[in-house]
Amino acid sequence: MKKAMKMTSAGRLQWKALLVLALPIPAVILSLFVGTYNIPPATVLQTIFDKIAAPSSASVYSTILFDIRLPRIVLALIGGVVLAVTGASLQGVFRNPLVDSYILGVSAGAGFGAAMAIALLPAILGMSQLLAFSFGVLAFVITFFAARTKGETPIVSLVLGGVIVTALFSAGISLIEFMTNPDQLAGVVYWLMGSLSSASWSQVLEILPISIVGSLIIFLMRWRLNILSMGEEEAKSLGVNVGRDRLIVLAASTVMVSAVVSVTGIIGWIGLVIPHIVRMLTRTADNRVVIPMSAALGAVFLIVADDLARSLFVFELPVGLLTTVIGAPFFLYLLKRRGSVVWRQ
Amino acid sequence: MSDTIISVSGLRYSYGLSFSLQDISMGVDRGTVTMLLGPNGCGKTTLLKCMNALVVPEKGSIEINQKDIFKIGRGELARLVGFVPQSHTPSFPYTVGDIVLMGRVSCMGIFQQPSSEDYAKSDIAIELLGLSALRDRPYTQISGGERQLVLIARAIAQEPAALLLDEPTAHLDFKNQFMVLRMVKKIARERSMAVVMSMHDPNQALLFSDAVALISSGRLLSMGKPEEVISPESMKQLYGMDTEIISHEGRKLVVPVLSGKIDPLRSFS
Repeated sequence: MKKAMKMTSAGRLQWKALLVLALPIPAVILSLFVGTYNIPPATVLQTIFDKIAAPSSASVYSTILFDIRLPRIVLALIGGVVLAVTGASLQGVFRNPLVDSYILGVSAGAGFGAAMAIALLPAILGMSQLLAFSFGVLAFVITFFAARTKGETPIVSLVLGGVIVTALFSAGISLIEFMTNPDQLAGVVYWLMGSLSSASWSQVLEILPISIVGSLIIFLMRWRLNILSMGEEEAKSLGVNVGRDRLIVLAASTVMVSAVVSVTGIIGWIGLVIPHIVRMLTRTADNRVVIPMSAALGAVFLIVADDLARSLFVFELPVGLLTTVIGAPFFLYLLKRRGSVVWRQ
Repeated sequence: MSDTIISVSGLRYSYGLSFSLQDISMGVDRGTVTMLLGPNGCGKTTLLKCMNALVVPEKGSIEINQKDIFKIGRGELARLVGFVPQSHTPSFPYTVGDIVLMGRVSCMGIFQQPSSEDYAKSDIAIELLGLSALRDRPYTQISGGERQLVLIARAIAQEPAALLLDEPTAHLDFKNQFMVLRMVKKIARERSMAVVMSMHDPNQALLFSDAVALISSGRLLSMGKPEEVISPESMKQLYGMDTEIISHEGRKLVVPVLSGKIDPLRSFS
């Protein structure tokens, strides 16, 4: 495992690594078979082949598979990629393996925006999404400028800024929850737990461009993340414009997390756990391996978690709960078995 | 072409009330090792940071290869001067090869990945420091002396004209101190680099340096060949303690006088 996952000196990934990178494909296909509405597997297969043969053909089954299940699966794929990749990149920039995608206050900001739209504003389609995205980005901007002194943004100030902004927006969420009526309160709470149940192709198309551009920026900077993770003075000595590079990573990460959170709600643990699982399995910290592997495993994880969310019980579970319930114990298991290899000082 | 690689003139820097560098001027030639000696807090590390433009002085100038280091970008500066920090443990267990490869970043665009040429150059640096056997080992699992060598290899992969080291022997055992310093001197000669390092032990300066700069309370007391600069008088002035210089097979050694007087700790002024 160890040798196979490693990159060779030419920078090529070997075949086992390629296998992991290809895992999202079977995950997407198999997930088409999972859903509340019971469709026999043979019918699913038949409908898929019909769709390939005649893309314009329409039936009840084809509507369920391609307009309800598939956009939801694709949304899970995008969300998994974005949360895992941003978790890995932010862990690098903050030089801290305990950082997740929400370190800069994005989750609380987006939650506040959504809560405001759900509880206080008239029900306009897409309003909660728009406000969640705007407030997610706003939270990042406040954190960044709160941390900025004399043209520099030290990491410690960013962490503190994130804590402060998260606290303020969380208080705002609590205030809205306290003041609103029970029906709307349920909507706010459900949103905060994270769910993909409202997925549609239009949502997919809304967040796809931002997610592709953001992930591509992080992917292209994957080696540079290694250097940023060595700390400010060292990165400077090595010839890196730390202020500029760090801002690019933070902005790309935060904007795409805000986009994803605006349609899914807050899905926890992926950004923290997936990069760690990758580092433990591949036994390397090199972000040239960690970033693409995290993207693949993050996608698979959220797709499978969402499959369980919609099939475990007759009612639907919020997927954000499941990612935590699966992620946290699995993380503990890996930590006990392999953590010492990764963190021995 | 001049032999002087680093030239510092009229440098002044102050930080708060307690700490300063005053009117420092010095030159460092190619292929030589210069050691900065002085008590803790005298300004050695600050001077090194100035030479790497990590802190900006109020007055004076520093040129490396006739270029004003405060007027060029970080990338260009990294090709002039390499900095070796005190060995430390990074947050992530990169391999020795990964760490040395980082030295190549100054030659690359923001979205660029290391090429086979970059691998070749970092391999040369790894071999130069005798680290080939450790290439795939996590940096977090090697000894302190080996880590110091890895950081030096990374600076060599950067291919700079000058090399700065911040107390490269701190936290190292007896053998590793000797190994690291011998290696640095060899590199200075072979690669014609100008090397500056901060040090604590005057005996190591006598053994391995071509020039010594004595720094006390932010001022340059004297600079010159180690055997000329290091004397009982200058050690008394620098560290406030009594020493004698003895000779052994043509080499000079500084030995503390056991019953000698030691001045109380001085506050930085």
